Amino acid sequence: MPDRADTAATMLEVRDLHAFYGESHILHGVSLEVRRGEVVTLLGRNGAGKTTTLRAIMGMVGRRTGSIRFAGTELVGMAPHRVPRLGIGYVPEERGIFASLSTAENLMLPPVVREGGMSVEQIHTLFPNLRERGATQGTRLSGGEQQMLAIARILRTGAELILLDEPTEGLAPVIIDQIGVAVRRLKDRGFTIVLVEQNFRFAATIADRHYVMEEGHVVDMIPNDRLDASMDRLHARLGV
Amino acid sequence: MTTDTRTDPAQPGLLPDGRTRTLLLAAAGFAVAVAAPHVLYPVFVMKVLCFALFACAFNLLLGFAGLLSFGHAAFFGGAAYVSAHAAKVWGFPPELAILAGTASAAMTGLLFGWLAIRRQGIYFAMITLALSQMVFFLALQLPFTGGEDGIQAVPRGVLFGLVDLNDPLAMYWTVLGVCLFGFAVIRRAVHSPFGQVLKAIRENEPRAISLGYRTERYKLLAFVLSAALAGMAGATKALVFQLASLTDVTWQMSGEAVLMTLLGGVGTLAGPVVGAALVVTLQNHLADSGVPVTVVTGFIFVVCVLLFRRGIVGEIEHRLRRRAP
Amino acid sequence: MLDLLGVPPQALFGQLLLGLINGSFYALLSLGLAVIFGMLNVINMAHGALYMVGAFVAWLLLTKFGLGYWWALGLAPLAVGALGLVLERGLLRHLYSVDHLYGLLLTFGLALMIEGGFRHVYGVSGQAYPIPDLLRGGTNLGFMVLPSYRGWVVVFALAVCFGTWFAIERTRLGSRLRAATENPALVQAFGIDVPRMVSLTYGFGVALAGLAGVLAAPIYQVSPMMGTNLIIVVFAVVVIGGMGSILGAILTGIGLGLLEGLTKVFYPEASNIVVFVIMAVVLLLKPAGLFGRER
Repeated sequence: MPDRADTAATMLEVRDLHAFYGESHILHGVSLEVRRGEVVTLLGRNGAGKTTTLRAIMGMVGRRTGSIRFAGTELVGMAPHRVPRLGIGYVPEERGIFASLSTAENLMLPPVVREGGMSVEQIHTLFPNLRERGATQGTRLSGGEQQMLAIARILRTGAELILLDEPTEGLAPVIIDQIGVAVRRLKDRGFTIVLVEQNFRFAATIADRHYVMEEGHVVDMIPNDRLDASMDRLHARLGV
Repeated sequence: MTTDTRTDPAQPGLLPDGRTRTLLLAAAGFAVAVAAPHVLYPVFVMKVLCFALFACAFNLLLGFAGLLSFGHAAFFGGAAYVSAHAAKVWGFPPELAILAGTASAAMTGLLFGWLAIRRQGIYFAMITLALSQMVFFLALQLPFTGGEDGIQAVPRGVLFGLVDLNDPLAMYWTVLGVCLFGFAVIRRAVHSPFGQVLKAIRENEPRAISLGYRTERYKLLAFVLSAALAGMAGATKALVFQLASLTDVTWQMSGEAVLMTLLGGVGTLAGPVVGAALVVTLQNHLADSGVPVTVVTGFIFVVCVLLFRRGIVGEIEHRLRRRAP
Repeated sequence: MLDLLGVPPQALFGQLLLGLINGSFYALLSLGLAVIFGMLNVINMAHGALYMVGAFVAWLLLTKFGLGYWWALGLAPLAVGALGLVLERGLLRHLYSVDHLYGLLLTFGLALMIEGGFRHVYGVSGQAYPIPDLLRGGTNLGFMVLPSYRGWVVVFALAVCFGTWFAIERTRLGSRLRAATENPALVQAFGIDVPRMVSLTYGFGVALAGLAGVLAAPIYQVSPMMGTNLIIVVFAVVVIGGMGSILGAILTGIGLGLLEGLTKVFYPEASNIVVFVIMAVVLLLKPAGLFGRER
């Protein structure tokens, strides 16, 4: 057990997490910890298990063992639709915007799970691009707008922990900057964020700490302020 | 469908070598074939054989190409009408009557297959079902089919001008010959390069396409072959029972082919035969018992689908394989 | 002017009305099939049997409990829907992880059991079901007499169809349903209980079939096999329309009913097969169906 002060601040605690899709064993004992209000990234090459870690937290893998505790509640063994109701929001890779729903419907889709979510007006202030696009089919928005929509719909729900899977993937640098501004605002508002990123530069501007993953394990943890000192190590791991 | 399809349960250790085993099996099969019409009613055995061929033909499509046709009664029953009409009205000898029925089923199969392979999965099933329902209505309304009565008192005739098929044993050996020929064709098709391509399509059609196979042609050919063999079974049955009737073109009849295959084992060569024998036996027993046959049939469907998807032969093969890796 | 076609207008409009009624049933049934298919990826072969059960529930309510048509209109769909919930929870649910064809085979087996059971108990002959008092008689429209009950069936069935369309396309619940059809795992990850939605969808879809059964009871006889041939035509309707669009399912159903009615006037011999022929033509020209998205 970590010491008492630490547990009080710990929002998400993953211990020895194994995850399987059918016969294939994807995560081999992942352990990590996220404190309240922190932004933590999962870095690693393709196939290292970053996305699977997020999906395992949400209960979206075939089978999982080990322990995932969110604010003291054990998630392993919980029905998948109960997990988000504890206050965890999920922004999937490739954004997961529904083609058969309008932008407004996409925004209103996730049910409010707790008090204290952002109002639609606040969301429109944060993402002005989404204003006046309500009737547009969700998938007709630009890639950047779709990413904003994917984040925005979670902010309504009152979730305190947000799992963000590659929000910058396939976006132009200008848009990435906008997303970065938005994520930083969310941090300022007190959201706790787990961010999966390939874009290391983007991650470095936002995160407090970085977990480095390789072949289904966490192989390293680097606080952001020690990032420069750890560059060689990181380059070797990520092959960038 | 996802059933495993290895068809040769070659068991090291059970018998010394393949050739001895084949010989022994052939001898045993011959003994059974000789004994069967004496131990059981010949008509019963012939009915089992016809349905076995029907189910095997259906299984060629489902088990080896992954296409679920819910309309095989159109070929089975349609060919029965054609062969009955040919024998009774045109005076065809039995061999030509069966051939005419088979050819008509192949033609119908070509038309239906050409339409149905445009869609996949459950759409394919629905299309074949709807097209065969059309055949049902045609059989009900066309002048030559005899409406509700069907074509009755079909002459069995004289095979090749030599063998009088009114002798039950002669009829029996003829049916056996027809069915063995049909089984041989299916076995050959499954083990040929054509059969390998079908399996590739069943496992992953986009991949088969990307390998350069024109998959529609393979599917269509399989469909025509399956329809022709189902027709051969129906044509033969019409001579055995000297009757072609609406029963054989109903969707329930298509369902029976599905049931026999499912019960015996989808994608196994012997499964449909076992399934046909069981289902026909069961129906004979239930006919006088007052227990509603369709309820029992439906129940077997549900149980097979939920608990027993490999079927009897599939399950046996699976266990043998597990024991001897 | 109408005599130009060589058909007395009475017969023409009579058949068109009959076609419209059949079309309403096609629409209600294919709508249920489409909703179920969207969510479960299962073609519900038991749909015709459950339509029959709806009619029988109405008949049993009347003969055993003295509860008339208006009670049946509410209770029979509920009963059929509840039966659907049981079937989905108890049986269908176990097949979502295997090939979708098994779902078709399972529901086919269920159809055989249900229809065989009713035939065993009630025989093949039909039972008459009276038209409710309120809807007896008819209105003379000048060119034909419109029987009130038939007019009611068309209006009510269309209202239910468009109500369903509205609920799916224009409400919050409907947006969840559409989203879950598209990506159930993600909808679940937003905290929506998708398995429960799946059960309720199946229940709702078959309740529509049960409702169609009640509507049909006073027009056709209530008999164990009333659903079997009907449902095969509905499958053809579904192939023609494609299952991607709710509105498409409704329009295709009604259009084909009318077309069938016209065929009865001009070439009655073909009226049984006209829908199948149209299916073949549509497959040639537009394989995915008139409103279809291939999936």
